[in-house]
Amino acid sequence: MIKEMVCIICPMSCRMSVEMDKKKVISVSHNGCVRGVKYANEEMTNPTRMVTSTVVLKNAALTRLPVMTQAPVPKRKVADVMKQINKVKVKAPVKMYDVIIENVARTGVNVVASRSMDAIK
Amino acid sequence: MRKVDCVIVGGGSAGMSCAIAIARFGIRDILIIEKEKELGGILNQCIHHGFGLHIYKKECTGPEYAQLLIESLKKYHIDVKLDTTVINISEGKKVMYVNRYEGVVEVQAKAIVMASGCMEKNRGMISIPGDRCANVLTAGTAQRYLNIDGYMCGKRVFILGSGDIGLIMARRMVLEGAQVLGVAEIMPYSNGLSRNIVQCLEDFNIPLYLKTTVTRIIGRPKLERIELSSVDDNQKPIQGSEWYLDVDCLLLSIGLLPDISLLNKLNVERDSQTKSVSVNEAYEMSLPGFFACGNVLQVHDLVDDVCLEAQACGMAVARYLNEGFHEEEGIPVYAGENVTHVVPQHLRKENMEDDCRFSFRVKKPMRDCILRIRSGDHILREVKKRVMLPAEMEKINLEKRMLTDAQSLIFEVKEDA
Amino acid sequence: MEDIIIIGGGIIGSLIAYNCSKYHCNVLLLEKENDIANKSTMANSAIIHAGYDPDDYSLKAEMNIRGARKYPSLCRELKVDFKQIGSLVVAVNEDEVHTLERLHKQAEKRGIRTQMINRDEILVLEENISDDVIKALYCKQTGIVTPWKVAIAAMETAMSNQCKCELNQEVKAITVEKDGFIVKTQDHTYHAKIVINCAGIYADKINEMVTHKKDFKILPRKGEYYVLSKNASNFVKHVIYPAPTKKGKGVLVTPTIHGNILLGPTASEQIDREDNSTSERGLTFVREKVEKIVKNVPYDEIIHSFSGLRAPCADNDFIIGESSVKNFINVAAIDSPGLASAPAIAEMVVNDYVLKRLNLSKRMFFAHRVKNVVINECSTDEKERYIAHNPKYGRIICRCEQVSEGEIIDCIRRKCGARSVVAVKKRVRPGMGKCQGGFCEPLVVKILAKELGISPAEVDYNEKGSPILVCESKGVRHEKG
Repeated sequence: MIKEMVCIICPMSCRMSVEMDKKKVISVSHNGCVRGVKYANEEMTNPTRMVTSTVVLKNAALTRLPVMTQAPVPKRKVADVMKQINKVKVKAPVKMYDVIIENVARTGVNVVASRSMDAIK
Repeated sequence: MRKVDCVIVGGGSAGMSCAIAIARFGIRDILIIEKEKELGGILNQCIHHGFGLHIYKKECTGPEYAQLLIESLKKYHIDVKLDTTVINISEGKKVMYVNRYEGVVEVQAKAIVMASGCMEKNRGMISIPGDRCANVLTAGTAQRYLNIDGYMCGKRVFILGSGDIGLIMARRMVLEGAQVLGVAEIMPYSNGLSRNIVQCLEDFNIPLYLKTTVTRIIGRPKLERIELSSVDDNQKPIQGSEWYLDVDCLLLSIGLLPDISLLNKLNVERDSQTKSVSVNEAYEMSLPGFFACGNVLQVHDLVDDVCLEAQACGMAVARYLNEGFHEEEGIPVYAGENVTHVVPQHLRKENMEDDCRFSFRVKKPMRDCILRIRSGDHILREVKKRVMLPAEMEKINLEKRMLTDAQSLIFEVKEDA
Repeated sequence: MEDIIIIGGGIIGSLIAYNCSKYHCNVLLLEKENDIANKSTMANSAIIHAGYDPDDYSLKAEMNIRGARKYPSLCRELKVDFKQIGSLVVAVNEDEVHTLERLHKQAEKRGIRTQMINRDEILVLEENISDDVIKALYCKQTGIVTPWKVAIAAMETAMSNQCKCELNQEVKAITVEKDGFIVKTQDHTYHAKIVINCAGIYADKINEMVTHKKDFKILPRKGEYYVLSKNASNFVKHVIYPAPTKKGKGVLVTPTIHGNILLGPTASEQIDREDNSTSERGLTFVREKVEKIVKNVPYDEIIHSFSGLRAPCADNDFIIGESSVKNFINVAAIDSPGLASAPAIAEMVVNDYVLKRLNLSKRMFFAHRVKNVVINECSTDEKERYIAHNPKYGRIICRCEQVSEGEIIDCIRRKCGARSVVAVKKRVRPGMGKCQGGFCEPLVVKILAKELGISPAEVDYNEKGSPILVCESKGVRHEKG
């Protein structure tokens, strides 16, 4: 089976054709460079995404703390990651990169604070 | 009256980067004036990641990027006024600011850097007809409501304009539980990065309607529906092509405008294309000692580019303060065929360092093209490019030695025959 | 039992309330919107025409001439701006020159000083006049105001003098009793000896509730406008009218009190009385027409467009007087020059009807409203003093218009205070600048929520039931501001 996809690595935005056999990439064509092959392989076999969001924050000047996954998580797990993020409440002070959720949605990846936030007074 | 070497208006990525660059030359008598209660500017609400590949060699989120900048700034012990608004700037370089704890204060600066960023284009500017209801917001305002204040401004959302802020907000709203019904783009191509098209729209099956715009807003007192129309090649809506969507929120991501209102009373040269001031190679305006960098000078796509420009500006400010510039009439820099604008708009060859970095944008997407910089018929530099897009600011350096005889510079892009 | 119920809080109702509050009587004003001056008063050309234009022997002519003369002193008393900027009615052909000459004579007869001037003289006054303009009728007396600020200041003053005002009360039924009227709104029932109908585009409906007859019919006419930013403030310095036709004053150009420029209005009849929408057709019409009288229009500086409904009737004159039912007074069909006429209309209603029916004595009247602090208009010393007194005047919320937190809080807390984002914008201008609230709106929402003790998700944008925010993220139930 041939799948069409746009490469997102550089502004060329090559429209690549990826030949697949079940879940394996057999060949990549119409790619401008080798980076396209790597991207096609990752995106077709194990697509991953960074997740960024906010969590409820108490005891600070602001009411939300921005958070991020420390590494990309499998794309199919994004919804589960969000579910867990939405339940968390954090109390200031928080330091940037403090772990907010460990091993989120059993991905092996932590959700960490995107910034520091002081406690009020 | 307090005297300072340099006042920087705005404590976002441009203002902080500029301050650090000046401070590295030993000038510490700098005052940054920031309107918000913390430094970082608009980065603080851009909680998505993808910033900083160039400077930090990793992909940061906006708040993270801001914090890294704030931490570097701290090392230089620079005076920062937060929650403080500049209300007047005089030709004599007096800056008047106001805040809660000092009242109205005027400072005398030797140099002033405008680093006050840009604003979003809004419904009023493009006169979308229809009811005057709530729930038609710019994407950045919605982003602030959601990411800083923690409030959603809609559950059934449509987005006009495929700029990156709009795309990013599409994903944000979906992840927060809203339904995003689509994105309309008046041009035949998207104005966002492919990565955002894939990861913000395609991942969530959000349709992108090209050559389409919103022609009517319907609903009282709340937004109920929007009318969409296809447009012709001149971006005029085609009668009879109307269709409707029931939505409760319309976000606008239709472009950004430099915010130079503080300079309105000053007689400085403007660039009608960038809608900002014109500057020379030192990022100095037509008024000596007035500088500009970042999104107030031209709208950038990447924070890294803002910071690099601000650093270059900062280095020039330091030079201005330490040694001064040569008195010199600059040569003009023009945007030629297929180019919308070039910054800087003037070049003073004597004052140039070894080279000068130019930024510009093309008018339309082009493949296999040649960028040519010429002075009259004399071609100074030619670069082949496989692709150039209006959505991506182009940067190119010119070396001083190439420019000896140049009386003007023209930047043009031609498709390779 | 109220002595007087005024239905409608536009400029007419507010000024009648203001005039009534000078006497010992119970006055209640009912307004169906969530703010005073929310409809026609909010969306018109904001011009105090001198009064040479309306037909001879009409109420319009009489009220306009008298009303215009009252504005300078009224505005001084209410502490709102009035600027006598003068006007030019321009002619592009000989027919129009004749119209101007007729107006010139009419003005003379009415004691209004006007002057016919030629192209060279026009160019001295206005450089962006169209190349086709050959003559103009110059009138120094023409002025401008911010209509809703006049209404709000009048209402506030009335309330300081014991007048009551209830917002969000739509009159549903009125019954005539022996000793007066029972007025029912969706929530309450009120009694009054006199009812004054100032319901604008609904005046015919209110009349019908009382007289049970279709004595007159309001034919709503929409006017669409563009607003240019303050960057364009030098575009014109006077009100510039085309030569008037039977249809009205036409598409004009005028500066506003705050240095913006208005282009408009259109004039299209419509049935839907709640329709304040703009249209592609209307806005295009404005552009086409405006270019007949001016050139170099800085369209780049368009920051806003809006429309408002005027409330004329078929007879093309005001309806002011007692209806067939005793003590029910109509003040209806107040379209242009309604704003200019308003102070005279209010005076006439009180002198000729209220005082004739009720035996009222003058009260100790607090005439001089305390002007609100406007930081942007203060000298540096004044700013210093205000901020020392209240540091919130030092926190700028709207950078385009330089409006402070203190001013916003003031306009919410004052009598006749703001209850929505647009109500705040009307009073102290955050969001009136180029960014149209992009930066300051979230801050205004927060301040309103805190001051009113509600959640930000309950803060309305303009009308009742128009919140900007739908809910808190993360499923958090709202906490009071």
